[in-house]
Amino acid sequence: MFTAGAESLLQQAREIQAEELRKFCSRVSKLLREEDLGPDAIDCLRRLFLIVSATKYNRRLDKTCVDLLQATLCLPACPEPLQVLCAAILREMSPSDSVTLSCDHTHNTRQLSLVASILLAQGDRREEVRTVAQHVLRALESRQPEGPSLRHLLPVMSKVMGLSPGALQEDQTTLLSKRLTDWLRYASVQQGLPHSGGFFSTSRARQPGPITEVDGAVATDFFTVLSTGHHFTEDQWLNVQAFSMLRAWLLHSGPEGPGAPDADDKSELEGSTLSVISATSTTGRLLPPRERLREVAFEYCQRLIEQSTRRALRKGDSDLQKACLVEAVLVLDVLCRQDPSFLYRTLSCLKALHGRLSGDPACVRVLLPLARFFLTHGEAAAVDSEAVYQHLFTRVPAELFHSPMLAFEFVQFCRDNLHLFGGNLSILTLSFPNLFKFLAWNSPALTAEFVALLPALVDASTAVEMLHALLDLPCLTAALDLQLRSWPAASERPLWDTSLRNPSCLEAFRDPQLQGLVQHLLRSKASGTTQRLAPLHQLLQPMASCARVAQCAEAVPTLLHAFFSAVTQVASGALTNQLVLLLLERSDSLYRVPQFEARVHRVLSAQFLALCKLKPSLVVELARDLLEFLGSVNDVHGRASMVTSVVWAIGEYLSVTYDRRCTVEQINKFFEALEALLFEVTQSRPSAALPQCPPQVVTVLMTTLTKLTPFHRGEVSLLLSKMRTLAQSPGASSPHGEEGTEAIRTRATELLNLLKMPSVAQFVLTPSPEVCSPRYHRDVNTALPLALRTVSRLVEKEAGLLPG
Amino acid sequence: MVHAFLIHTLRAPHAEDTGLCRVLYSCVFGAEKSPDDPRPHGAERDRLLRKEQILAVARQVESMCRLQLQASGRPPMDLQPQSSDEPVPLHEAPRGAFRLAAGDPFQEPRTVVWLGVLSLGFALVLDAHDNLLLAEGTLRLLARLLVDHLRLLAPGTNLLLRADRIEGILTRFLPHGQLLFLNDQFVQGLEKEFSAAWPR
Repeated sequence: MFTAGAESLLQQAREIQAEELRKFCSRVSKLLREEDLGPDAIDCLRRLFLIVSATKYNRRLDKTCVDLLQATLCLPACPEPLQVLCAAILREMSPSDSVTLSCDHTHNTRQLSLVASILLAQGDRREEVRTVAQHVLRALESRQPEGPSLRHLLPVMSKVMGLSPGALQEDQTTLLSKRLTDWLRYASVQQGLPHSGGFFSTSRARQPGPITEVDGAVATDFFTVLSTGHHFTEDQWLNVQAFSMLRAWLLHSGPEGPGAPDADDKSELEGSTLSVISATSTTGRLLPPRERLREVAFEYCQRLIEQSTRRALRKGDSDLQKACLVEAVLVLDVLCRQDPSFLYRTLSCLKALHGRLSGDPACVRVLLPLARFFLTHGEAAAVDSEAVYQHLFTRVPAELFHSPMLAFEFVQFCRDNLHLFGGNLSILTLSFPNLFKFLAWNSPALTAEFVALLPALVDASTAVEMLHALLDLPCLTAALDLQLRSWPAASERPLWDTSLRNPSCLEAFRDPQLQGLVQHLLRSKASGTTQRLAPLHQLLQPMASCARVAQCAEAVPTLLHAFFSAVTQVASGALTNQLVLLLLERSDSLYRVPQFEARVHRVLSAQFLALCKLKPSLVVELARDLLEFLGSVNDVHGRASMVTSVVWAIGEYLSVTYDRRCTVEQINKFFEALEALLFEVTQSRPSAALPQCPPQVVTVLMTTLTKLTPFHRGEVSLLLSKMRTLAQSPGASSPHGEEGTEAIRTRATELLNLLKMPSVAQFVLTPSPEVCSPRYHRDVNTALPLALRTVSRLVEKEAGLLPG
Repeated sequence: MVHAFLIHTLRAPHAEDTGLCRVLYSCVFGAEKSPDDPRPHGAERDRLLRKEQILAVARQVESMCRLQLQASGRPPMDLQPQSSDEPVPLHEAPRGAFRLAAGDPFQEPRTVVWLGVLSLGFALVLDAHDNLLLAEGTLRLLARLLVDHLRLLAPGTNLLLRADRIEGILTRFLPHGQLLFLNDQFVQGLEKEFSAAWPR
């Protein structure tokens, strides 16, 4: 649809030169000066709008042109297309100092509304918001019998309040509250008349009939947004607008103002009020305006809830019913926070509503504000919130993870209401497997949300299980896709990946032997156990090329970082050890999505080092497991970053300075294991089948072995001769490439030189913690490369003087 | 309340990266409070910032839509109209929502609700605590109205030089960014009013 023609049009508009623009402006001015503003004028203005809006840089229009635009906008009689174009151009130019409009120049409310839109776009540099507010209020307050439609003005008030809550004074707020009350409660219950111009109900015409409900029945009570008819009266329009802005208005004009403290502070007050206030409503007329508005708002919401039980004849109305339910619950929440005496009446109504909606999957999005209501007011009301959460956290994510809007709202619900969970946070932390289903299916939209949510979900008791779940997240995506294919079709368009028809693994997915693992993967609550899902990884291999799986795989590294920064806050020594073991084990056992393994390895190896840095003694505590890891690495290339990190950590932390339990036997064993690994990876006749390991592995092995040499009580001659070989030429066929070969050669030479002076070697390679201060790499006197080079040069110079 | 409404191009997921994401129409309702800026040309800088904020939203919507279409395995040509007679099935169109943190790119945290129709992206930038069901419904309604009244299904038409119609629709169905609870009959009434002022 965005054809080449449109692209070139946009290009022209962006590239028009100043001279050409000036000519065009004078043409526009000429056309606007004419008596008869015809289609030419409209056409020119359309082009002018495009020119102004197409570029983000300022377009300087002639002053005469701008003045004429303003004047045309405020003409007493001007066709609407022209008016809106003038307004749109002026708005697109804003903020601008050449706009000199004022509300005084307008003749009717439609013009006032357009002028207001321009003034509100100026950025409130000259208190435009307050000026607009005053003008609009004056217009709203005046009761002109044949007056122009007020329905253009309420949205302006709403916008003004949003931009600058202090723009209205106390008495003005009260007055507007009174008008809103009238419009909400006393709108006509008769249908409007067909018209040819504006919307007015003229009393002399015959009565067209009463308004109806959405299911066609005659309306039983006052007019609301869910009341229908063929034509509408002015006050019915104002009813719709008043309800649309009601929640914002209540928050703005409430006793606490926009930043209301939440109900936890009020629960005591609520508890005592409940016993005193009776269940019946007070007589409305005696209440002051704000309280009266709240009472009317309450009745309106109750009526909407009742009206939503009707079966709408049209789909649009059925959708609106749900939106109205959400809004009604939100407004009731505001009312109860502002005036706890509403709580008693609201609770029974909302409990019934919750009961009605729980079984209806189409209404699941209404359950979220309901849950928030019970969370906020639950204490005072002794509501069984357990049951509410159970349904919400157990069934909803498992069945409806595939709906992008529900997923987003659900996660927002968790994020925004953490403070309301209070002591019940375990409901959230134990439900993480279900929450991860939203994430696995909708990863692009929800990754940022989960990064923010993870600190709240991470708990010492579930951390290990959660790490497994994060590493298996793409696997979960694949499993959910297969699950959807197995379910009866929920909608016309299939929800699973339609580019992959009949995946071969679908049958095997239903295999009873694997059901235990499948059920574990698809569980809804933290089980407290972990299961090795390697058979599932193999089974689901055909799904690894799905786009959704790949998108999820891309999100995992970010999530892992967030997880680790959260878990290090709560991890004890024992948990840290468990996590490290998990890292080592899982680095070999990941779902094979292209590039997933490489990325995860990078994160895991970095996190391994971070954990070692936090708790250096783990190298000694887990010595046996680390040795096992080194011995079992059969594909060094595939796990290069992990191996590098482990070997480096051994060199750094395997000493009594970090853990007194470090023994000479341990050091010897590590030395032998590392030596064996070095020999393996630097075979002079490398196997053609296995890829060569990266040079970093070779250099880190050499460096670590050198660090351990002073403490090793065994033979070092083999190592030395190996290193001498590497110093001359690392391998016959030099598979590491130019740079790699050079790096290995250089490092081997430096280390050999160091080994000739063991005490210096110790200082250079394992400096004591005082030396390892953060400015280590900035302080030229202690930089390691410099030290190595200096020593090398010294040794080479003195080579002739040293024996041997 | 809605802070902004925008329409932008959506390029097909597997197409090469020809050109950039273009914002075809945008309307910001009211303005974020300008920071106190003693430097000259503050107004122009504000406008530049506003335009760039909108472009940032458009780009993010485009990539979200592209990822969603890829993930559901729909063919890239799915965004093109089948014929001018069929009504566009808006309930099956790709759609979603995401949150923008404070400062990135708007001063306040905001939520974006978007819809992809016929290689065009429609998006509403909302305040953080708006009624999302209502916003979704409103966005679908706006998309339907724009497709109908601008005849976007007919080949060769575009909306670049039809801003007056778009403005006319917005002033009625989303006045000053106010989301309205409009039942079907109200919508019909407003549409009739619009058609009277803008005859086809």
